[in-house]
Amino acid sequence: MSDATQEQTGPMVAADGTPLKKSLARSLRMQKMRALALIAPLLIFVLLTFLAPIFDMLFRSVENQIVSDTLPETVVVLADWDGSGTEAPGEDVFRALYFDLFLAAEAKEHTKLGTRLNYEQVGISSLFRTSGRRLDDVGEVWQDWLEDIDDQWGEGAFWFEMMSGGPADGDVLSSARTRLATLTGDSMRGDIGFEPSEAISTLLPRTAREYTAWAVFTAIEDEDVVAEEDPWEAVYAALAVDLATPGKADDIAAYSGPGAAQLQAVAAQLDSLPPVDIKGAFADIDEDWLAIDNWAAIQVYSPKYTSGYFLNAVDMQLGPDGAEARPENQQIYLMLFRRTLVMSLAITFSCIALGYPVAWLLANLPARKANLMMILVLLPFWTSLLVRTSAWKVMLQQQGVINDVLVWLGIVADDARLVMINNQFGTIVAMTHILLPFMILPLYSVMQTIPPSYLRAAKSLGATNWTAFWRVYFPQSVPGIGAGSILVFILAIGYYITPELVGGTTGTFISNRIAYHISSSLNWGLAAALGTILLGVVLLLYWVYDRIVGIDNVKLGG
Amino acid sequence: MKKLNALAALVASTALAAPMAMAQDMADSLTLVSWGGAYQKSQKLAYADPYLADHPGLTVTWDESSAEAVAKLRAMNEAGNITWDLVDVVAADAIRLCDEGLAMEIDPDDDLLPGDDGTSAEDDFGDLLVSDCFIPQIVYSTTFGYRTDMVGDTPPTEVCAVFDMDTYPGKRALEKRPINNMEWALYCDGVAKDEIYDVLATEEGQEQALAKLDTIKDDVIWWSAGADTPQLLADGEVVMGSTYNGRLFSVIEEQDQPVGMLWDMQVFDLDGWIIPTGLDDDHLARVQDFVKFATDTQRLADQAKYISYGPARASSAPLVGTHAELGIEMAPHMPTDPENSKNTLLYNYEFWADYRDDIDAKFQSWLAK
Repeated sequence: MSDATQEQTGPMVAADGTPLKKSLARSLRMQKMRALALIAPLLIFVLLTFLAPIFDMLFRSVENQIVSDTLPETVVVLADWDGSGTEAPGEDVFRALYFDLFLAAEAKEHTKLGTRLNYEQVGISSLFRTSGRRLDDVGEVWQDWLEDIDDQWGEGAFWFEMMSGGPADGDVLSSARTRLATLTGDSMRGDIGFEPSEAISTLLPRTAREYTAWAVFTAIEDEDVVAEEDPWEAVYAALAVDLATPGKADDIAAYSGPGAAQLQAVAAQLDSLPPVDIKGAFADIDEDWLAIDNWAAIQVYSPKYTSGYFLNAVDMQLGPDGAEARPENQQIYLMLFRRTLVMSLAITFSCIALGYPVAWLLANLPARKANLMMILVLLPFWTSLLVRTSAWKVMLQQQGVINDVLVWLGIVADDARLVMINNQFGTIVAMTHILLPFMILPLYSVMQTIPPSYLRAAKSLGATNWTAFWRVYFPQSVPGIGAGSILVFILAIGYYITPELVGGTTGTFISNRIAYHISSSLNWGLAAALGTILLGVVLLLYWVYDRIVGIDNVKLGG
Repeated sequence: MKKLNALAALVASTALAAPMAMAQDMADSLTLVSWGGAYQKSQKLAYADPYLADHPGLTVTWDESSAEAVAKLRAMNEAGNITWDLVDVVAADAIRLCDEGLAMEIDPDDDLLPGDDGTSAEDDFGDLLVSDCFIPQIVYSTTFGYRTDMVGDTPPTEVCAVFDMDTYPGKRALEKRPINNMEWALYCDGVAKDEIYDVLATEEGQEQALAKLDTIKDDVIWWSAGADTPQLLADGEVVMGSTYNGRLFSVIEEQDQPVGMLWDMQVFDLDGWIIPTGLDDDHLARVQDFVKFATDTQRLADQAKYISYGPARASSAPLVGTHAELGIEMAPHMPTDPENSKNTLLYNYEFWADYRDDIDAKFQSWLAK
């Protein structure tokens, strides 16, 4: 007896001896996995082709790595500069800028950064473009000086011998690779046939850094042999910077590695070293380099992520002291957001007003007539959007069909023709026409499911026509209105071709500015920020709609 | 490429096979991007057809995407799949593409042929080589056309007629962007021509230009497509409007509309080719070969048979003949003709590359008020 009780209270066991609970869970898990495997292709497809690009685009609205990627040393040194003061940054910042910008110019990345910063500060684009071309001249002063002392300084082979030899400094090489990889986006791996020596990188740190960067670039980007090429001007400038360091002559005297004799010959003539004034050199290239505003813009946009695009998108800007309002003559986006919402609502309501009776007719006419009407509804739906928009131009313009008829009838004087296009009215008319089918079709499919007997029952119980419609028919058609409104409103909010063509100046939408920033100004960050806000507003409205009407009340069909 | 072949063989039975197979004979194909319409047709007749006659195996595909070329090229570049071989863009876009590293730098004397008269390509194109990546084809201008039947007995002879609402009442068509409009506004507000860009660089100058535009704002229809103004003029919607000179030529000469040209203060601009970066070698070789042919002295002069844009080579100008269909002398319809270019303005690329976004923000904000 006691044995039997024990068996009953113990865990239930499946045929193979495992506890039933476990076995059940396993088989359920198997089923779930199988179901997941079945939808996996679609799921992966949607994730890869739909969601990933959207998030990638949205991510651009905060991404700002280009500044620190292109000018890595500059942004670090510049962090200590007081952006709200009246002094341009000091020599150390300009030195960092010179070496950063030189490498960027060789890799042809500096103009990209110029374009990026020009969105924030006018004039940086051409400042970077013209300076990039003239940076070579800066280093030539010291190159000439060195070659005057000894011709060997102009020879790539000598440089190679001096910089390599002895135990290698792996840190310098790997940081040069990282620096170039961040700058260009290429991997920069692979053998370059050169390793900077530890002795030289201790003695001449800046020179070793720039020479190694040059070597990596020469070997991997240009696919040349490092030992056979002459280094670029920035290396000479780097050597000048090292030589100008106080006490360097003594260090050189103590140095005995390759190139010691030549270095000591140079050290002996240090008095005649052309002054290392990179700030002055930049000022010679373009005096805008001394402008506080330019540096403030670089400093403000140094971080890898920025709120700048979002601030721009709401008519603000990022200044040295944080967010501030944009000058009034540049404010436009908030007004456009408001206008887009208000006009989209107006279009939605006019679609309801025009679509409801049509859908009712469609649902209640005999099949033959209803089919004919359906074709009339669908026909414009199949016509190109551009054609329909252009047709409205012909209809509405001042010398257009409607005005001509009104003038002919004598309703409107010839010199006071109505302005019906290139304004909000034109946009609302054209877009209502274009979006009407999106309202009619869901309304129709919902109305079809409302039995006509309900109306008859209401009337037989004494309701007037209006009461029967309003109390019995209309509430049942609300899900159709909901579905149609959501479709029309969301489509309207993103329209840009029609507003562009018939909107003039007062009928354009926020999407027109987004399109401008995507295709003309290439300010994709701002376009992404505007798009993100628009998406947020739509989701918010959807949520509000769900709270008020309830999303269960939306029906696209019976 | 071997890997690709193996892969192509693997998937030969699937739909993927088609694009893969095409990728192999790309050297025999050339994808040209242009503006569509009459301009693209002139390029096809003057450059592509004669080139095809010499290279029978070649297929040329045209893509009418020049208007959004900058954005599309950037997207292609980010996706790592450049499907265009040669792209026709205006000079300002070429500069932008060059800055973005999306267009290849060229060496005029290496990549282009010397002129028929022996001048080197660099001298033959001269100042028109406004960017390291830009291969100029034509000089066009943005200028005004007016309805001859709506201006009374005194047709306008200077650009400031646009701002003269008393003498020339009626609507005007202006492009919905600050470029050109700001310059004309300042010029007609009394700023000397060579000081326009200095003034426009200042906050006050921009205000001044917008204030001048304010005087006609209520009577302006703003256009964004090149075809708008010709249509507005033909319909009598506007009394005058700015557009490209080639569009006006076709309204006047080909469609016989009562429209006249106002050449005063026409703004010269350039259009030409850029080669995208990242083409593979066989493709690049094909493109370079085509570009050499398509930008030689005779080909550029030939293009003027079909459209009234001036050839970019100095050596082509004497070879400009008559219109292929209308048979009229083309030289007097060129923006560069001495009679037409008495008072002109050259688009300032450097200035607009810097100020475009800033002034555009102010301009759009002003427009929306």
